[in-house]
Amino acid sequence: MYTEKVMELFMNPKNAGRMEDPDGVGEVGNPRCGDIMKIYIKVKDERIVDISFETFGCASAIASSSMVTEMVKGLTLDEALAISNKDVVNALGGLPPQKIHCSLLAEEGIQAAIEDYRAKRKAGVEAKA
Amino acid sequence: MTERYVYMDHSATTAVDRSVLEAMLPYFSEEFGNPNSLHIWGRKARKAVNEAREKVAALVGADASEIIFTGGGSEADNLAIKGAAFARRDKGRHVITTAIEHHAVIDAFHWLEDQGFEVTVLPVDERAMVGISDLESAIRPDTILVSMMYANNEVGTFQPVAEAARICNDRGIIFHVDGVQAAGHIPFNVRDMGIDMLTMSAHKMYGPKGVGGLYIRKGVKIQPIVHGGGQERGLRSGTENTAGIVGFGAAADLASMRFTDGSIEEEVRLRDLLIDSVTSSIEDAYLTGHRTERLPFHASFCIGSLEGESMLLRLDAAGIGASSGSACTSGSLEPSYVLLAMGITHELAHGSLRFSLGKDTTREDIVYVAENLKKIVADLRALSPLWKNRG
Repeated sequence: MYTEKVMELFMNPKNAGRMEDPDGVGEVGNPRCGDIMKIYIKVKDERIVDISFETFGCASAIASSSMVTEMVKGLTLDEALAISNKDVVNALGGLPPQKIHCSLLAEEGIQAAIEDYRAKRKAGVEAKA
Repeated sequence: MTERYVYMDHSATTAVDRSVLEAMLPYFSEEFGNPNSLHIWGRKARKAVNEAREKVAALVGADASEIIFTGGGSEADNLAIKGAAFARRDKGRHVITTAIEHHAVIDAFHWLEDQGFEVTVLPVDERAMVGISDLESAIRPDTILVSMMYANNEVGTFQPVAEAARICNDRGIIFHVDGVQAAGHIPFNVRDMGIDMLTMSAHKMYGPKGVGGLYIRKGVKIQPIVHGGGQERGLRSGTENTAGIVGFGAAADLASMRFTDGSIEEEVRLRDLLIDSVTSSIEDAYLTGHRTERLPFHASFCIGSLEGESMLLRLDAAGIGASSGSACTSGSLEPSYVLLAMGITHELAHGSLRFSLGKDTTREDIVYVAENLKKIVADLRALSPLWKNRG
């Protein structure tokens, strides 16, 4: 039911685990539905220089987290925001129809982390002013 | 990838036992006759079907004339429920079942509702047991049928079927028991217990798939749902699945033997070893269902902060076959209705796991499963944002 790529990333996820002192954190999903994705980013000069995730969910949620973090690592924030759930699904070689929402969480997780980073930065700039 | 394979999903299905297969084989090509034919080919097949009926009847203390063979457990459930409701609809339109039945029962009751019957669904407690007082207060003058499973497939809990039977017997209400998980795994006697109808399935007791049995106590009238050539006393038309029925008979024999040779007691010891290992070595891991009033081969858990499908696939990679009632394994967004009916939270229900042991399960298998599960839980919890106790 899952592609080889999904199984490979599920068994050996990349960028997994909590990050100390992240610049931005995004958390999407909810435990009632059985999916939570938490994305941590470090940003330097508007570029994602480090990223990690923690995910509560099924194999496709874990594989989607791993894939999206690999895809956006090194990208500028605007480039990262342009990554869609379709890009994640394609990179995974496809997901079963009932699992597409996992890729959506991946897209939303990145957006939430970047929004968090930008909000904190804005607050920081205002505090200094 | 893995060197060891441990199948622990016997609630889903079992391997056909070698003795069962041997018994079945002649009835495909050599003794292929139609049991309804008068000639020697037919008579041999009829004799084999009759002998199998005796064996299945003996397994549950019934008379052979009270056993109907069907195309499986689901069909037997449907025949019992729809058949009894329609045969008695002039006496009343109220029927009762429980919140944790198999879909073959629940969906048959939903269909009856569409046909104008009124359905009461009994709640269960946190161990998945129906309260007898709930049954008593649900019964009305127009109640014609009660259906309650012997043991639950997801959490293994036994229902108080003997007490429920007495209550129904006293009031002239037909009492059906879905015994798919229990029959062949624990000894019981339908007559002593007062069960009016009992569903059984061959493939849950080392027999073939596609064969079920329905015990119908002498004197209980039901309507058929398959009409045709009048086989099985007119209650299940269609040429008998001779080889499958012979296999069911052989499986019933095997089960009867296991009741007397200490197999069930050993199964209980191994089950308890697994339950104790998992709940003592894994933090935030809970047994679901009743601790003692449960199927001898059944151990089910909820593992906190994790999702069932991810655990199943990691177990699979380690050569271990188990199952889960998580939303992701059911293809819906809701986790198991059985776990929710027990009052387990959505969050915890997503992390459900079921291990069902078999007659060939060894102590080494239990240790292998417990050790692998412990490691898998630790690995996946390292990924889980819900897991707080990281150090």
